[in-house]
Amino acid sequence: MTEHDETRMKELLQQALPRVQGEPAPRRDLWPAMQKRLEAKPTALPWFDLALAASLVALAALFPASIPVLLYYL
Amino acid sequence: MGDGLSEMMNEFRKGNPATYEAAFEALFRLHQGAVYGWLLRMVRNPAAAEDLTVETFWRIHRAHARFQPARGFEAWARSIATHAALDWMRTARVEIELPAALAGPAIADPAINEEIRRKTALAFGHLPPKLRIAATLAVIEQQTHKEVAEALGISVAAVKLRVFRALRSLRKDLERQGIKP
Repeated sequence: MTEHDETRMKELLQQALPRVQGEPAPRRDLWPAMQKRLEAKPTALPWFDLALAASLVALAALFPASIPVLLYYL
Repeated sequence: MGDGLSEMMNEFRKGNPATYEAAFEALFRLHQGAVYGWLLRMVRNPAAAEDLTVETFWRIHRAHARFQPARGFEAWARSIATHAALDWMRTARVEIELPAALAGPAIADPAINEEIRRKTALAFGHLPPKLRIAATLAVIEQQTHKEVAEALGISVAAVKLRVFRALRSLRKDLERQGIKP
């Protein structure tokens, strides 16, 4: 692509998609939404999933012969 | 005013529970308009820009200890906002048509008809987000390469390369559709 082509493509893009005008402002105060986000409880730890994963690791460590069986069912 | 602002930024960085929330709210209120405006230029959708403003400040809140007052809050916020917009572009369908009230005056070229404009906008929306965001900021929004580089966390040369690749891909796409730009 030549320099001329590049300039032409820039012009085309600017015509197809006009730039945002001025200094746009949000339509509402966003602080209440921010506050809600800050106060939201952190996601609870998936204890069941973690316990299941730990028991599978323990099973594989204690009985290495079970690894192919576990992999088969994964 | 200057001392008050630097004190507020220090309180924000230190994260002292007694003063942190007030400092964070003050920074939020001071910068939400600028962050929203920057996001709108990238995502071109007012509702998404509002959601991403909250997401950006959430990321800012979580990273407050890494804030370096010497770098300035606005540049740091812009960089975080740019990455939030990039993540959003990777998953959401991008609205490329700005609402009429927000769009600046289009430069009229009689050689380019409505059909070509529409196809160009559509093809641009199909570019990879990394290329699209660089071209949006540098070509459409006419930000300097330095500003775009700082926001994306890459070099000026890398910005130029991404813009070039975006324009080349766009040209190829249009040629495939039988349009000779």
